[in-house]
Amino acid sequence: MEWNWQVVHDVLPQMLQGLVITIEATFIGALLAYVLGLALAILRMSKSRVISLSIYWTSEFIRRTPLLVQLYFLFYVLPDLGVFLSPLAAGILGLGLHFSTYTSEVFRAGIENVPQGQWEASKSLNYSRYQTMRYVILPQAIPPMIPPLANYLITMFKETPLLSAITVVELFNAANIYSNSHYKYLEPMTLVGVFFLIVSVPSAYFAMWLEKKYQRRSSRMP
Amino acid sequence: MDQVLEYSPILIQGTITTIELTVASAIVALIISFVVGLSRFSRFAAVRIAAIIYLEFFRGTSAIVQMFFMFYVLPLLGVHLSPLLAGIIACGFNLGSYGSEVVRGAVQSVPRAQHEAAVALNYTTYQKYRYVLLPQAIPVMIPTFGNLLIELLKLTAVASLITISDLTFMAQIIRVQTALTLEPFLIIMVIYFIIASCLVGIVDFIAKKINKGRNITVRKGI
Repeated sequence: MEWNWQVVHDVLPQMLQGLVITIEATFIGALLAYVLGLALAILRMSKSRVISLSIYWTSEFIRRTPLLVQLYFLFYVLPDLGVFLSPLAAGILGLGLHFSTYTSEVFRAGIENVPQGQWEASKSLNYSRYQTMRYVILPQAIPPMIPPLANYLITMFKETPLLSAITVVELFNAANIYSNSHYKYLEPMTLVGVFFLIVSVPSAYFAMWLEKKYQRRSSRMP
Repeated sequence: MDQVLEYSPILIQGTITTIELTVASAIVALIISFVVGLSRFSRFAAVRIAAIIYLEFFRGTSAIVQMFFMFYVLPLLGVHLSPLLAGIIACGFNLGSYGSEVVRGAVQSVPRAQHEAAVALNYTTYQKYRYVLLPQAIPVMIPTFGNLLIELLKLTAVASLITISDLTFMAQIIRVQTALTLEPFLIIMVIYFIIASCLVGIVDFIAKKINKGRNITVRKGI
């Protein structure tokens, strides 16, 4: 099996187009995961046991079932229920929904790590629940959350090839389509791997650097 | 619903395949976790670097890409794997990279004095790890290994894309043959949830048992 540069030359433009879709899916999916995750975290801390328990078990259900099956579910079942989404939209929704159950844990831990005294102080200042969250709790809770949230961004990037299963032509699928039509697997598949390594290894080190940075800051606090 | 019940034999078969795949790859992943994780402490730089390359390679590329690489590219290079074996190796190697970080972190979390005590007692490296470090590190690893086991179960769904007839694959068969969408995917999600919940239960049980045993030995020591 010889490495053929001509194949690389042929497949690269299609893969770059796929990369754009991959990046789009990663960032919009992550945004969705962060917003939904925060909402889930806040609802989970609700005083009503019915709400907090139902949020808990819904999250556990989503977290204990495969993303691939959830994607199939969104892709095949929603149209039957009258909701028509493009494959990419279904994929982004699936990614965001799946990872919101992970990010919600990050948000919850971050919020719970804010000392009890801060809650009491806001109460004594007669802050509303919204004001307490907006001006006291979240500004202190968010910095330590940044490294784990960055890690989930990288994880989501690596999960995007699953979107190929619901016909989204992202990086991996672009290569796969080329492979299947030309029966050349070595170069496209290797390139996909290289692309992923190029993006995710430096990002992982960046996330590690963030972790150190925020650790130092928090340890300086009394 | 009745229509889906007719397909219950293949769903059962799919469940068995999924469990087999999970257990087999968990064993592979566990072995790799310890080998690669402990290699990070080797006194030979070459071994340490090899472990880091392994880790970054399998953690940095997507599991689905690794699976397709093993399934489509390795045969071209003369390595022929059955789909099931390719699935087990891909899942095991992928999760093994995450597991190795758990092993490394847990061993590093053992207080430094314990290392020094082992050296002071003239323990060999083997004795140091076998009698001092690992017995203290393993209980730390268990909860994270439990989370990884769930990730592994979910990863096996991806193996359906390389023609392994696991639960997800069977759901696709039912969808194609009956044109039903909601029922097959909902049923397999519930099955995945049940399997995952059993795994959570087993890991919790092991964690409790190990911690209990530890308390007894501590009391004996006093």
